[in-house]
Amino acid sequence: MRIKGKGLIDRSDTVTFSFDGRSYDGFAGDTVASALLANDVTLMGRSFKYHRPRGVLTAGSEEPNALVTVGNGAATDPNVRATMQEVFDGLQVRSQNAWPSLDFDVMAVNNLVSPFLGAGFYYKTFMWPRKFWERVYEPVIRRAAGLGGLSGAHNPDSYERAFAFCDVLVIGAGPAGLMAALTAARGGADVILADEDALMGGRLNAETYQIEGKPGHVWAAEAVAELAGMDNVRLMSRTTVTGAYDQGTFGALEQVGHHHGRRGEGAPLECFWRIVAKHSILTAGALERPIAFQNNDRPGIMTAGAVRAYLNRWGVSPGKALTIFGNNDDAHRTARDLADAGVRIAAVIDSRTDVDIKGDFPVYRGAQVFNTAGGKELESISIRTISGVEKIQTDCLAMSGGWNPTVHLTCHMNGRPTWRPDIQAFVPTEAAIPGMVAAGACNGTFSTHGCLAEGAQVAGNVLEMLGKTVPDVALPQAEDAPYRMAPLWAVAGKGRAWLDFQNDVSVKDVKQAAVENFRSVEHMKRYTTQGMATDQGKNSNVGALAVLADATGRGIPETGTTTFRPPYSPVSIAAMGAGAQGAGFAPQRFTTSHSASVEAGAPMIEAGLWYRPSYFPKAGEKTWRQSCDREVGYVRNAVGVCDVSTLGKIDIQGPDAAALLDFVYTNMFSTLKVGRVRYGLMLREDGTVMDDGTCARLGDQHFVMTTTTAAAGAVMKHLEFVAQCLHPEWRVAMTSVTEQWAQFAVAGPKSRELLNGVLDAPIDNDSWPFMACGDTSVLGVKGRLFRISFSGEHAYEIAVPARYGESLFRELVARAQGLGGGAYGMEALNVLRIEKGFITHSEIHGRTTAFDVGMAGMISAKKDCIGKVMAGRPGLVAADRERLVGMKPVGAVKLLSAGAHIFEKDAEVVRETDQGYVTSVCFSPEVGTYIGLGFVKNGPERYGEVMRVVDHLRDLEVEVEICPPVFFDPEGGRARG
Amino acid sequence: MAELKARTACEDALPCEIGATQLVELDLGPITSVMVWGSEQDVSAAMKTAHGVSFPKPNRSNGTDATRCVWFGRNQAVLIGVAPDASLGEHAAVVDQSDAWSAVSLSGGTAEDALARLVPVDLRRAQFKRGHTVRTQVGHMMTSVTRTGPDSFMILVFRSMAVTLIHELKQAMQSVAARRA
Repeated sequence: MRIKGKGLIDRSDTVTFSFDGRSYDGFAGDTVASALLANDVTLMGRSFKYHRPRGVLTAGSEEPNALVTVGNGAATDPNVRATMQEVFDGLQVRSQNAWPSLDFDVMAVNNLVSPFLGAGFYYKTFMWPRKFWERVYEPVIRRAAGLGGLSGAHNPDSYERAFAFCDVLVIGAGPAGLMAALTAARGGADVILADEDALMGGRLNAETYQIEGKPGHVWAAEAVAELAGMDNVRLMSRTTVTGAYDQGTFGALEQVGHHHGRRGEGAPLECFWRIVAKHSILTAGALERPIAFQNNDRPGIMTAGAVRAYLNRWGVSPGKALTIFGNNDDAHRTARDLADAGVRIAAVIDSRTDVDIKGDFPVYRGAQVFNTAGGKELESISIRTISGVEKIQTDCLAMSGGWNPTVHLTCHMNGRPTWRPDIQAFVPTEAAIPGMVAAGACNGTFSTHGCLAEGAQVAGNVLEMLGKTVPDVALPQAEDAPYRMAPLWAVAGKGRAWLDFQNDVSVKDVKQAAVENFRSVEHMKRYTTQGMATDQGKNSNVGALAVLADATGRGIPETGTTTFRPPYSPVSIAAMGAGAQGAGFAPQRFTTSHSASVEAGAPMIEAGLWYRPSYFPKAGEKTWRQSCDREVGYVRNAVGVCDVSTLGKIDIQGPDAAALLDFVYTNMFSTLKVGRVRYGLMLREDGTVMDDGTCARLGDQHFVMTTTTAAAGAVMKHLEFVAQCLHPEWRVAMTSVTEQWAQFAVAGPKSRELLNGVLDAPIDNDSWPFMACGDTSVLGVKGRLFRISFSGEHAYEIAVPARYGESLFRELVARAQGLGGGAYGMEALNVLRIEKGFITHSEIHGRTTAFDVGMAGMISAKKDCIGKVMAGRPGLVAADRERLVGMKPVGAVKLLSAGAHIFEKDAEVVRETDQGYVTSVCFSPEVGTYIGLGFVKNGPERYGEVMRVVDHLRDLEVEVEICPPVFFDPEGGRARG
Repeated sequence: MAELKARTACEDALPCEIGATQLVELDLGPITSVMVWGSEQDVSAAMKTAHGVSFPKPNRSNGTDATRCVWFGRNQAVLIGVAPDASLGEHAAVVDQSDAWSAVSLSGGTAEDALARLVPVDLRRAQFKRGHTVRTQVGHMMTSVTRTGPDSFMILVFRSMAVTLIHELKQAMQSVAARRA
């Protein structure tokens, strides 16, 4: 119910939202949790495993119980914490993990059979029969125990990623954070202040503290206003710093659109920030811990601090007759605040005997709550005092087992927190994150005065490290009450006392883990699943390990904590992958001829990031093979044109350019004449083939190397490695010119005829013989001409600056058509090269050597080169290695498939009898059948042998004859002609 | 006789304006990679004599809009706006890159914010002043970003990636504009 005169909500602004189809009113500034509590709705969810009715436990992002689904259809967001979702007009909220309804949940039967479902149940039960796990058990368990579901539809929302940089990142805008930010900002530092809440101020908005004689929230609002007015400050509200990473980098999730109903319009729903900070100040506050006792999870039982937050920030009393149970003085504030607001307090129960609290309510000292009663909401609690057992009627119990500093971020780089016995809690270990200091409650300093003082202090230190002057900041007056507490983790008793509300882990489960010898905290965690839910055990970790410590007879510091990992609170994959949906996944590289190819109806295939035409269909052709065969015919009989711009082109210049090439290629390049091209093979350091291509000598100290499309980047890196690390004394420079030149293959018997139509100075076989290269002029544009061939035909590659690429491609294709040819795509290109036995990365796939591909002779004996020594190892030149061969089907089946394995004709088809594999296949119009390239043990020695090709994936078995890999024009006369 | 027609990399897609940010294709004239294999001092002196700009220090650019020399990596700069003098080739590899890069200008009050969605480098004016340059990435693409004015940047990516560049920049511009709406 609402309490008059309390809260920071705007009561003039009523908003209407729905929960499970029922309409409720709230006010601007409400969360779903506060608005539901104001409407006396306490049942907000069902627990993960046992489907126990649950209400809200906290008032912050650590909430384990009140997880809801927001929105509808494709814009559905599951697992939203009701404590973080702000209400707005038209907001639709649904409960989750309950069927048919939250109020009547069939799966609550789990709760009745709970004695069988304790820790380790799955591990023990579902081991047998083994095959059942994937098909039977897992789907059943997943359906029963779950969180909210995705819509299954394509996510229509846009998400964003962004980068930010600052001198000082202040994480958390409570009293310590505000003071640190004010100090750092006034000192001139570039400050980012991030807070997960919509309203900055932290606990100041949830408490009745006075600062400088003003209500704490007023002081906070003034501080925020001052910061907002400074140019060197960026305020990031609704932003959770989720992870601390190397070199001062932080991940942070900003909720941009969740608090209003407007979707689309290009505005992101969430933004995932990467913030790089020279220094960071952690002022993340503290989280209150529950106490474990029987049935401590009924709706209506929440932390004492949460009750104060609902009262002071949202003007809501979560009950009509409240009880408070704690082990520390801080819990008394809840009683005082409620009493001041006129809410009836049924009892204050303190586990300690020496407690000083007065008020108009019964106080039980040295007492403990040991059980509760009620169905879907709390009705009464049972307490044990020195004089006996008593039952107290209450509809809301505020409990406090003390506070845990929010140390999580300081553990993200494998730091371990330090145990402080005086506050019975872990605090950050200094320097666990380089450049990060902690201040305030997250550092174990709980008074408001202490927070303000520490915030100012650490910010001052940071300013000094930044070389800036520390401003004279007056410390505001604030309360400085000591934090008094005595440990109480679990109340002794029967039944299930819940530790981890989100994963339904009880004290019994943890003790059972210890009994079964899962005594390490990490083992206990995995055995019981404590701390493995989406709240990562924020509410239960310390309690659980205290119980484990007790059960194993060790202290808490010896027992230690599990590892806190990023993200601090859940981050949607959509936010992390923002911009990468659809085509955003990777850049697209388009050749200059792209639109011409698309216009011609060519299906485009991806080659790395490039898009290349597969084939150019003609009217009447029903299959790609028909197009492909026709295009092969262009090249064999007339002339074909193909865009080969995607091949890597590297310009190499300098007095030592030739020396570099001799070193990286297996064969000699220093002897290559100017105006000539040579084929080259490149090895990795380990002796396997890295890449192949041609290299043209354009001048005495000027070469242009081509690489395969796929290896362009790798080869460039390799050359730079050689030049920078192996031979830094060499005077040589490499520049990628792949993008500068649009380059087209013009191949076929009529290629020269076609070219002479566009070249300003015609060529003949003497002026431009096979493997010649040089500058040329094409229709008035300066270009380069290379007489090289990847098809075995009389062929050229002609290059012009990329701006003329499209125009030249269209011109060449039109002229080729006039000569009975035309454009050809990747399929035809592949057929042409397989017919000639030319290798690609299908053959030089990273495991083959020059010896394997039949090019051992290309490793020059006259010089050293990278990979030469390693390539000479006996194992790499053994005759029985799998070596390159060709193959043709000779049996009834005439099909071949790449990836198939090769066996002796009558051998049993098992791994041990494997003789090799097929790498490339195609239908050869020239040969009239399918042909293939592959690797077979003792390859060249087996020409003529009939073998068996088996493809288990495609269910194919073919008899082939092993033959030389060159199927067409083995003498090479056509290319020279 | 047929004539070859020149096309720029972003011809069909630009200019465009979203919110307070404008995206325009730049015609930079000649772009020449100058990669030193000899003495950088000599190259710098030759460049100063021939073109009035010296070889830039890392992350800096020299010159004006008409003739600019932009640091481009280890031992490397690009000379923009003029055809290179032959003297540069005595100590450096001089390579024509006029067609290798698509060049755009992003300008306006929220240009910095839009780039902060894509470029993992602090490009705010206090750190990244006029004439500062950086080789970094824009989205997944390698790029060269140079501040050319108080609210304007020159961005270069591979010519083949122009479509993706424009797509990513437009998306960032839209996102920034929508937040302000």
